[in-house]
Amino acid sequence: MSPLLEIRGLSVRFDVGDATLTAVRDLSFDIAEGQCVGIVGESGAGKSQTFLAALGLLAENAKAEGSVRYRGREILNVPRRELDTLRGRRIAMVFQDPLSGLTPTLRVGRQIEEAARRHLGMNARQARAKAREMLETVRMPDAEHCLDAYPFELSGGMRQRVMIALGMICRPDLLIADEPTTALDVTIQAQILGLLAEMRRELNTSIVLITHDLAVAAGLCDRIMILYNGRLMESGTTSEVFTSPKHPYTAGLLASLPSLASDPATDLPAISGQPPDAFVTTPGCAFAERCLQVMDRCRIERPVLAAHEGRHAAACHLNTK
Amino acid sequence: MLRRMLAFTLRRLVVAIPTLLAIATASFFLMRAAPGGPFDTEADLDPEVLENLYTAYGLDKPLLEQYGVYLANVLKGDFGPSLVYEDFNVTELIAIGLPVSARLGVIAMLVALLLGGTCGIVAALRHNRLFDHATMTMAMTGIAIPSFVTAPILALFFGLYLKLLPVAGWNDGAAANMVLPVIALALPQLAIIARLMRGGMLEVLRANFVRTARAKGLPERQVVINHVLQSAAVPLVGYLGPALAGIMTGSLVIELIFDLPGVGRYFIQGALNRDYPLVMGIVIVYGTLIILLNLLSDLAYAALDPRVRRTYR
Repeated sequence: MSPLLEIRGLSVRFDVGDATLTAVRDLSFDIAEGQCVGIVGESGAGKSQTFLAALGLLAENAKAEGSVRYRGREILNVPRRELDTLRGRRIAMVFQDPLSGLTPTLRVGRQIEEAARRHLGMNARQARAKAREMLETVRMPDAEHCLDAYPFELSGGMRQRVMIALGMICRPDLLIADEPTTALDVTIQAQILGLLAEMRRELNTSIVLITHDLAVAAGLCDRIMILYNGRLMESGTTSEVFTSPKHPYTAGLLASLPSLASDPATDLPAISGQPPDAFVTTPGCAFAERCLQVMDRCRIERPVLAAHEGRHAAACHLNTK
Repeated sequence: MLRRMLAFTLRRLVVAIPTLLAIATASFFLMRAAPGGPFDTEADLDPEVLENLYTAYGLDKPLLEQYGVYLANVLKGDFGPSLVYEDFNVTELIAIGLPVSARLGVIAMLVALLLGGTCGIVAALRHNRLFDHATMTMAMTGIAIPSFVTAPILALFFGLYLKLLPVAGWNDGAAANMVLPVIALALPQLAIIARLMRGGMLEVLRANFVRTARAKGLPERQVVINHVLQSAAVPLVGYLGPALAGIMTGSLVIELIFDLPGVGRYFIQGALNRDYPLVMGIVIVYGTLIILLNLLSDLAYAALDPRVRRTYR
């Protein structure tokens, strides 16, 4: 059986004036049915662009190459009409900033209803009832009143609930949540993550959680994929990645997590150096310049990782000695 | 919400009274500060005749007294007699000229809005493609060429050469007589509107909420109609109010070239002849129109954007 989402050799490039910026570099991985996968990386690692490319939502100056298959069917760079039967129906996306992500001039209810009217053939009344039901599912206080509110009249947490209701209304197979809690305070963050977990349990939706926060990913996901400079660095189950990281970059990320036990007076161990330039492609490992265990080989030969085999693996020469 | 809008409108109308008073005051004293007088003609008038004329029109009184008398008359709805167009008072002249100018202006603006708006929208949707470049080049040309160039060319080509339309004249507002003036008036407006609309569209098309709408699986047409147009029209609304007031009060160039009995001509003639009451009357009408149309565009802002609606008290 083919996986739910199968990404092979995906690259995303942006034309920036005369130069080309590469955001995603020859990326391959699978999302299996029913899984919750955390895509973790620093900003600029290509997390969002990977999935925007898959859904045909890239900016005008970006181009995607490679292959993205949904249940075996190619969806990368297919005509808009074909994408529109998929987006919002089978694969939905929840975006980071729900204030700029919701249309300011339309009532919230109308925005939630749209997908149901489009994909489920509901009439206005049915769609409104469905939207109300979805708002109740995402535990929106006073759902009926909220339907008639404009986005700017709601709080950040409420807006994110609206975003999730909007994404889930057609019960998609896959929900891509792009930094859904970054703009929220910690208590609301926990509520939203709990909500996503509940959605997954009750509606059996697969979830991709895009985040820069390892702790957030650990709380929700079965599998973790670490992205760096547009490439997959490590992939494995959450416990594998957390307890025995195979890539020095992952290990560095884990070490720089603050814990309650750490002494506020001492500095957190941070990964030194800067992320590599997205305009440049080096022949070796992208992390080599910042890696404490770097070898000569790392700068010449790029380590590869075949994550779609589902094993715990890392793109690092240390593992293939 | 309706009640709030009504209160907002009333408040703005009340505030308009001192604004109009200020306009009237400033233009009264500015007119009087200009050298020359209404009866300066090539042939020198007999000083005695001149004195009689000044007395007859009350121009011999102290300036402040004249100002007081003028305001009192305006409040009674009397703009006074024209000093140059004998046998006409200002109200009559405006009643003759304004309907002509306003009719041409409103039709021209509707044409410009319809065509310019459509061009702007399509250009934005075809961003950086042939249609976009072609429309924007034409729009720049439309803005750059003044109407005293386009109007004679139009009259020459359609009137004299093709003999399709009358070269000039009003003919009691016959449709054929209005075509060329409307085109000449509409062209620059059309160009400006196309550019504003395109700019607004491009800005909004990049917004995050448009990506959300696309992620829902809505076809592009629905994305544009439901999620883009309303916000994209906002820059246009601010322009339309004052522009409509300007075009309705007549264009001297167009009215002279096409020999139309509009109010724009009276305005310029009045200013050149120091026809104080006539200029004052038209200024007050123009000011009132600006205030009303600005109010209308503020109400349109509120209609387009719920966040604006909320700030109106």
